[in-house]
Amino acid sequence: MPKRTDIRSIMVIGSGPIVIGQACEFDYSGTQACRVLRAEGFRVILVNSNPATIMTDPEFADATYVEPITPDIVEKIIAKERPDALLPTLGGQTALNTAVALHEAGVLEKYGVELIGANFDAIQAGENRERFKEIVAKVAAEQRLNAESARSVVCHTMDECLRGAEELGYPVVVRPSFTMGGVGSGFAHDESDLRRIAGAGLDASPTTEVLLEESILGWKEYELEVMRDRNDNVVIVCSIENIDPMGVHTGDSVTVAPALTLTDREYQNMRDVAIAVIREVGVDTGGCNIQFAVDPDTGRMIVIEMNPRVSRSSALASKATGFPIAKIAAKLAIGYTLDEVPNDITKETPASFEPSLDYIVVKVPRFAFEKFAGADQTLTTHMKSVGEVMAIGRSFPEALQKALRSMEKKESSFTWAGEPGDLSELLSACRTPHDGRLRTMQQAIRAGASPEQLFEATRIDPWFVDQLYAIDEVARSIDGLDGESLATAKRHGFSDAQIAEILGAEEGAVRASRHALGLRPVYNTVDTCAAEFAARTPYLYSTYDEETEVPYGDRPKVIILGSGPNRIGQGIEFDYACVHASFELARAGYETVMVNCNPETVSTDYDTSDRLYFEPLTLEDVLEVVHAEQETGPVVGVIVQLGGQTPLGLAQALKDAGVPVVGTSPESIHLAEERGAFGQVLAEAGLPAPKFGTARTVAEAQAVAAEIGYPVLVRPSYVLGGAGMAIVYDDDTLRTYMSKASTDHPVLIDRFLDDAIEIDVDALFDGEELYLGGVMEHIEEAGIHSGDSACALPPITLGGFDIKRIRAATEAIARGVGVRGLLNVQYAMAAGVLYVLEANPRASRTVPFVSKATAVPLAKAAARVMLGATIAELRAEGMLPATGDGGTLPLDAPIAVKEAVLPFNRFRGVDTVLGPEMRSTGEVMGIDEFFGTAFAKSQAAAYGPLPTKGRAFVSVANKDKRAVIFPVKALADLGFEILATEGTAEVLRRNGVRAKIVRKQSDGTGPDGEPTIVRRIHDGEVDLIVNTPFGSPGQSGPRLDGYEIRTAAVLRGIACVTTVQGLAAAVQGIQHIVRGDVGVRSLQEHARRLKE
Amino acid sequence: MTALLVLEDGRVFAGTPYGAVGETFGEMVFNTGMTGYQETLTDPSYHRQIVAMTAPHIGNTGVNEDDPESGKVWVAGYVVREPSRIPSNWRSTRTLDDYLRDQGVVGIAMRGTRALTRHLRERGAMRAGVFSGPSLAPVAELVERVRLSPGMEGADLAKEVSTAEPYVVEARGTRRFKVAAVDLGIKAMTPQRMAERGCEVHVLPASATAADILALEPDGVFFSNGPGDPATADYAVEALRGVLGEGVPFFGICFGNQILGRALDLGTYKLRYGHRGVNQPVQDRRTGKVEISAHNHGFAVRAPLDGPFATPYGRAEVSHVNLNDECVEGLRLLDRPAFSVQYHPEAAAGPHDAAYLFDEFCELMERRRERASGAQGVLDPASERSGATGNTADEMGAQGA
Repeated sequence: MPKRTDIRSIMVIGSGPIVIGQACEFDYSGTQACRVLRAEGFRVILVNSNPATIMTDPEFADATYVEPITPDIVEKIIAKERPDALLPTLGGQTALNTAVALHEAGVLEKYGVELIGANFDAIQAGENRERFKEIVAKVAAEQRLNAESARSVVCHTMDECLRGAEELGYPVVVRPSFTMGGVGSGFAHDESDLRRIAGAGLDASPTTEVLLEESILGWKEYELEVMRDRNDNVVIVCSIENIDPMGVHTGDSVTVAPALTLTDREYQNMRDVAIAVIREVGVDTGGCNIQFAVDPDTGRMIVIEMNPRVSRSSALASKATGFPIAKIAAKLAIGYTLDEVPNDITKETPASFEPSLDYIVVKVPRFAFEKFAGADQTLTTHMKSVGEVMAIGRSFPEALQKALRSMEKKESSFTWAGEPGDLSELLSACRTPHDGRLRTMQQAIRAGASPEQLFEATRIDPWFVDQLYAIDEVARSIDGLDGESLATAKRHGFSDAQIAEILGAEEGAVRASRHALGLRPVYNTVDTCAAEFAARTPYLYSTYDEETEVPYGDRPKVIILGSGPNRIGQGIEFDYACVHASFELARAGYETVMVNCNPETVSTDYDTSDRLYFEPLTLEDVLEVVHAEQETGPVVGVIVQLGGQTPLGLAQALKDAGVPVVGTSPESIHLAEERGAFGQVLAEAGLPAPKFGTARTVAEAQAVAAEIGYPVLVRPSYVLGGAGMAIVYDDDTLRTYMSKASTDHPVLIDRFLDDAIEIDVDALFDGEELYLGGVMEHIEEAGIHSGDSACALPPITLGGFDIKRIRAATEAIARGVGVRGLLNVQYAMAAGVLYVLEANPRASRTVPFVSKATAVPLAKAAARVMLGATIAELRAEGMLPATGDGGTLPLDAPIAVKEAVLPFNRFRGVDTVLGPEMRSTGEVMGIDEFFGTAFAKSQAAAYGPLPTKGRAFVSVANKDKRAVIFPVKALADLGFEILATEGTAEVLRRNGVRAKIVRKQSDGTGPDGEPTIVRRIHDGEVDLIVNTPFGSPGQSGPRLDGYEIRTAAVLRGIACVTTVQGLAAAVQGIQHIVRGDVGVRSLQEHARRLKE
Repeated sequence: MTALLVLEDGRVFAGTPYGAVGETFGEMVFNTGMTGYQETLTDPSYHRQIVAMTAPHIGNTGVNEDDPESGKVWVAGYVVREPSRIPSNWRSTRTLDDYLRDQGVVGIAMRGTRALTRHLRERGAMRAGVFSGPSLAPVAELVERVRLSPGMEGADLAKEVSTAEPYVVEARGTRRFKVAAVDLGIKAMTPQRMAERGCEVHVLPASATAADILALEPDGVFFSNGPGDPATADYAVEALRGVLGEGVPFFGICFGNQILGRALDLGTYKLRYGHRGVNQPVQDRRTGKVEISAHNHGFAVRAPLDGPFATPYGRAEVSHVNLNDECVEGLRLLDRPAFSVQYHPEAAAGPHDAAYLFDEFCELMERRRERASGAQGVLDPASERSGATGNTADEMGAQGA
């Protein structure tokens, strides 16, 4: 069945900001879909609020709306663009939920928009647990399959929950309906657990519905990725087995593909059930996944759930098999059948087949608990990881060890150094699923654990447990740098660093011996067919196997190092920059080679670059890739500047190994990173920086603080994302901080500029000319990490004179450091003085935001500059504007507001106040003619629409009281009822704002039962919260009050403003919404206006 | 301990012994299935073949009592990359290594299974030997020994794997049909698939003649899969011609498909490296639907793909085709109740997408019975459009064109 010709334009909805449970895998899927649809000649209308995505690049759609993904905004876009069809299955739960809302509101019908790739009955059947259970029972009975559902009860109230749990017996699993990433789910071992978890679950579910289920903790867990076309052809793309048994969310489990512990009978039964279920559910076309639990003692199989859409697992399955699920889902949605779509990789065979793997894929999740003090680190059914890595090897040990070193955390890899620890303590630690449990098991093996003990403690399948023993045996057999034991170790995935550690040698010495022996990895192709057919698509992985499959080429090659696993502080923005470099350098005639290990990204799509190496980003792995590429053609450069701190950290070592690092030199990078050297650069340029000092001891630190004066900003040197940063106001706190600090590197102590305006600049420098990409003004005051603060571009309160100073300072730094490519500088403007806070000679987190706000492809231009092009040449080519830059935007240029998205709803009990340590997972952009509207859009996209009426609660620190009077008065004028705590209310009333006093949490319930503010928030009586923090963290009193207020706000999903500046912006936004002038405009329209 | 895999073109792979130690010869083939090694090992169609598994970890689920497809391991040799150190499955009773050793199957665990597959893909299936222990010798000598071993072309092997005596597999539930199944290397799952549809299956030795078969007065006749070169199995072709002449419903699988092809005067040929795996896309040309199917064949039937063609038994057509290489995967007579497929609807190992073919066989038998009893009078094609069967010659002609 060929392509449909009755539709011409298709709307695609993206997944919005990166959050836990919904990350850049949907950029990958959405980008693939947009590319396919445009190539097929459809007009594509895209909606996604996330500017850091590739899919929102204007070239991937005909009309790109970086607007909030809310039903009312999407309706406006539909009314304006009138698409024929809506494809909602590639943007995660966000897109699916939005489509359901539009359908239920009658919007799709009103505008004649056909839903493609899914239908509402299927969405409901897949997501409504009761209906899903009926479906499973029906197909199992009709087709005599071994399948059932866990015994369960659906509940809509707490009373129903309590009764249900009695019936099933504790422990029970709580699962809210219609939430993504398992939000609100968990195990309840007793009634108090149940009240807590089910209470939150009922709140989290849009249908106020939770399911209680019998516990299948410890069962084996599997997932199948399924595709179906409109001719009812069905294929299983991939089977995935969770090494962590039931009880840990799939997103938080270490997983392996293909499934390794099923017989054919068991696997085929699973396959039959999967196919029967998706037919019965009625998934029209496209990809979906279905999860199973298997009782390891009896083989009893339970169907857990299915997702009628492309998911995180689909991205993993695509990367694991080379079968591009999202791309093919898009083709199926427009009418093709699987047999009509060619397999890209073989070119000759069709997509209607099931990939066969002759390798093993391991995925390991990456967590960020260090960012969230107080968060429960136990892994549960509620997803907590922020990223993941994938590795490929020809055996499980090889793939596993590659995956662990891809994590870029020293403590992730297995180690044989030091004492393993006490066996019984290790075994008891293994009982609780946690980040790094496999390593805990490995240490337990060293401490003498038996396989039976480990199985009993973890319920991890004995086969996987045995593989850990196999790895341990190899480690113990490593006896020197010559011959067989080294080869065996490499075949089991040991890194040179691990071998060096075991032998007490230097990593470099191991590598030298290995190379002397001619022991190098070969590169095998991911070919979907286990070598049955010749592969045309070069998607490679290293393995210590027989034959290398790297093709020869004579075009000059550029190797781009990606950014590794997503983590807080290093996410999709860096992938964006790498992908852009790849696209642009390919266009400029280079052969592009990508190295990365993050399966969620566009960079690891096999058709993004000329060649993809799915490899860890360690020195060893990168050097081997460079070697393999040099063997097969000329490598003119390796780009380390675009993938964030990961590749940057390798720059010097690569250069020392003779690798041609292009762009800013490693020495220049050092100049910017090292405090003393950078101070010198600033001094020579005559630029002021806040006073600072370094200290290793408490006494030194106190001396520095005394000299420069409190408050001070303290942080370890060499970090990204502000890890370990704090603002310190007194000696006591400083002592506590220093006593906890690592002694490896000195602690940096800066004068903290209270009440300064913080400014972020992204610029491009070719050695001669500076191109100011954009100047961003933070909305919050200094002290909040730039990644967490909202900012506006063009800056809303800076004048031409300020910009001129910023330009001059940026150029002086670029010249002084020796930048070739991108430079990010952070400034603080206080009392008319422009202070330089820091400079990073690399792509920054804000590059995609600046590129979208100003319609200039900064990362592409940077890649060209790194390879020798000048800014003048790029202006002549048209890549950069002929004249002017991001500092000379016209006065009527649209205003773009970036807002950070924070994962506090995932980490109960963590304070939500922002600080110098970055904690956001993603960002959104609001763009409009007016700042207020742009800000309101950014809030709607990040947290849900700002309220336009109702009750506002205000409680602010003394220092903020004067500043809030005016905006709170404006709120009152807009019709808000104002609630305030006593002190704040007093100030407001004196200034003519009628504020009603409410009780603080610390006051307790009043004599006549008057509820505290926290209670009122929980009861849904408050619509907007303004709470600025005061007092020191961890103390009782006002600080704790604020903490409880903010925690309640997060739980209830109520808008919560924690800075005065944020309040002012919010009020402007509310005013615009109330006036009803929120319009929508595509990036392409904005760009046309900018170019006029 | 060393083991060597030696190919007739002189390529040698080194590894360690797996299973029994010694030497073995056979045709070197690879199988891309990621599950089902136990079924593969016991599939008689692998007689005289050394099978390399492309999936790296083999033996993880051990060996159980339920999954064998015959009473013994048939592969001549076994090549794996990462033999499992322990079995882990609730049904497992022993390790694969022990099982292979007990069955005297010489194998090798070696790193280069992918290199081997690529080699076979480029150069085609060839003879090989696995050597370990006392059988090791200088490579040149081993290559010579491999070259002296018999090849697959011209090999008549069905009789070597077939049952010596007839036996009966009882119908499950009500007995609806009596099927005479000629064992050319039959897998245990095949009579099971029929039995669960109410067939009482009389399994006959490969040497069964048309008279032997018809003496059972079967409702339908089945020819199984099996090893070897179909060009040698004249006895089976003769027997099938006798069956077709009587108009008894016929269903063939794999070797049975090649026998039908030959009975229809079509030629067979050897594929360069065959289809062995559980992920092959086969299209049913009547519906356009694609089945993911289990394959194990090194030979194929040559038949016109562009529409019905004439045979001694009336018109026939290619009913199924492999989408990877356009290989003929199914034949169907348009004027008589006979069809066959080159692949494995009984699966084991593999997906169950093609299980409907057993239903079609039952429908053919049902219809013939109705006709014989005269209850329905003359077959009315127009009334039988439901389901996948019952297509008339005219319809098929129209769709095939």
